Amino acid sequence: MASRAPVRPLRIVMAKVGLDGHDRGVKVVARALRDAGYEVVYTGLRQTPEMVVDAALQEDAQVIGLSLHSGAHMTLFPAVVEELRKRDATDIVVFGGGIIPDEDIAELKQLGVAELFTPGTPLQDIVEWLRRRFPDSQPASDA
Amino acid sequence: MRVRYQQEKVVEPNATWASDFEAAPKREDGVETTTLSGMEVRPLYTSGDLSTRPEEVPGQYPYTRGIHPGGYRSRLWTMRQFSGFATAEQTNNRYKYLLASGQTGLSVAFDMPTLMGQDSDAPTSRGEIGHCGVAIDSLADMETLFAGIPLGTVSTSMTINSPAAVLLCMYLAVAEKQGVPFTKVNGTLQNDILKEFIAQKEYIFPPEPSMRLVVDSIEYCAKEVPRWNTVSISGYHIREAGSTAAQELAFTLADGFAYVDACIERGLAVDDFVPRLSFFFDAHIDFFEEIAKFRAARRIWARRMREKYGARDERSWKLRFHTQTAGVSLTAQQPELNVARTAVEALAAVLGGTQSLHTNAMDEVLALPTDKAARIALRTQQMIAYETGVANTVDPLGGSYFIENLTDRMEEEAEAYFERIDSFGGVIPAIEAGFMQREIADSAFRHQQELEQKRRVVVGVNEFLSDEDEELEILRIPLSLEQEQVERLREVRRTRDSASVSRTLEQVREAASSPGKNLMPHILDAVRARCTEGEIMGAMVDVFGLYTEKAII
Repeated sequence: MASRAPVRPLRIVMAKVGLDGHDRGVKVVARALRDAGYEVVYTGLRQTPEMVVDAALQEDAQVIGLSLHSGAHMTLFPAVVEELRKRDATDIVVFGGGIIPDEDIAELKQLGVAELFTPGTPLQDIVEWLRRRFPDSQPASDA
Repeated sequence: MRVRYQQEKVVEPNATWASDFEAAPKREDGVETTTLSGMEVRPLYTSGDLSTRPEEVPGQYPYTRGIHPGGYRSRLWTMRQFSGFATAEQTNNRYKYLLASGQTGLSVAFDMPTLMGQDSDAPTSRGEIGHCGVAIDSLADMETLFAGIPLGTVSTSMTINSPAAVLLCMYLAVAEKQGVPFTKVNGTLQNDILKEFIAQKEYIFPPEPSMRLVVDSIEYCAKEVPRWNTVSISGYHIREAGSTAAQELAFTLADGFAYVDACIERGLAVDDFVPRLSFFFDAHIDFFEEIAKFRAARRIWARRMREKYGARDERSWKLRFHTQTAGVSLTAQQPELNVARTAVEALAAVLGGTQSLHTNAMDEVLALPTDKAARIALRTQQMIAYETGVANTVDPLGGSYFIENLTDRMEEEAEAYFERIDSFGGVIPAIEAGFMQREIADSAFRHQQELEQKRRVVVGVNEFLSDEDEELEILRIPLSLEQEQVERLREVRRTRDSASVSRTLEQVREAASSPGKNLMPHILDAVRARCTEGEIMGAMVDVFGLYTEKAII
């Protein structure tokens, strides 16, 4: 794999894992991140962990954003992290969102998911988190 | 041809009021004064805002004020709480508990693998079993789900779409075993594939064969299961995906017209199937807008059925609907507030004349409801029915200057959308062009921006925050359940007659390849032979193929 060193602007693969089709949240977040100047690739629905990691590697993305509303987050979010480990791509940062109870958030973070955003999160919070996490790759609009 | 129903004239309110209002102080909190969907709302409505239509009364065409002359004086709405989780056995216990608590109908929630037509042992079922609803793989699970519940007396609603025909056949097979004739079986199948492509996205086959399967089930039920409500044409998911009230109204009714067109094309007579179509709407938090939406829906449907489709049976003109309070309006922050939100939304549904109602539990924003939260949700409906007095008068808001005006405007917005959908050549071409999907995504994004700018307030989320977010006890589905369900499925596969399995699946495949054949009797045979849901759906996928949508943001 070619270098995944920080490039400007940050490239984010947004993916809807699991079987549910609730794509309102992922689409709103994808649009907001795009409007904030990031490069956003949305994979569409029902992506397996393997498909998500494939997409991230092909797109040379530094970040994966996962969305899930079916309750399968404890299975599928860690499976994406594990898939990254298998492909030696743990430098890709994974964040997630959806209906996720607080106690699951702590466990998911231990398992390697960098941050979780739950319903009611202002979009700006997500953008600011990305800016803090990737200070060297500000969105194009800020450059 | 587009008919304008709204009067163009706007009579100036009483001149003294106008100058008084001008002089009065105005709130300057920056909060929108339009409806939640963005419709203009004036500070006052007067008799000048009423259109000059003939007086409308409940039980008479065009049914704006309700489909029954007696409203809730004749019969209260059905309190139908949607529920299902974990295994068939656990859900069966919940159903018995709900029936014993005074609930009057059942409503089944299936888990994601069941909704997507796959078995519990499919690789992508991992992590999903029993989470969003109950796991059903074969007739054996369905028998457990309804054990001890007499299908000749209880009415059951099943929320399932792509695999709806398969689940209906499982239900019929259980009735058969209980000795209940199909003519006595009573219930509702969601079976609304069009809104899956538009909003909820639980599609499997492409649109055309999906529509064929819906028409097959309508045709079959018209002959064999006459009391079954074959399609519950749903705006709920369209709204929850972010649409406005008018978009919900317009896209849902347009879907309804598309089913009617498809059945007519099959050769069915309008009055033979339209009375068994019903609707399912969202009750969101903007009180008056929702009531206007329900009233407009009845008027539009009645007019279309009578004037465009030539329906002669009054039952074809009457739009019957189920309502669920808005899941998207619930907040994970200060979740107890959701009880109050749900009560307001439920009241709108009742004042809008709903036939049945699901009230969300306060913890549904976090997980499936606990027994306690589910009980409070049901009790909320009982309070509205028995304590508030609102059920004593039919359409009590009829004649309100504001409500009547809003009803007219809602109707006008819907008519404008029908024209736009027609310009694509109908619902399916509009779906394929991504028209409704984009309209909904745009509305959802606009709403989110309004929240961020605090032009809309959600208590506990962007205003009136609390540092002490109370922890609710939530229902957990153990992962061990997956193994148990997979074991049960294997047991079915081990003990059934494999020759009848292959024979009946082959017949399903053969019928699927013959457009003139109705698939229903063949699916029913496969169900009786204990073929699994995944196997039967797989046989149809062999012929129909799979649909994938182009991802657009």
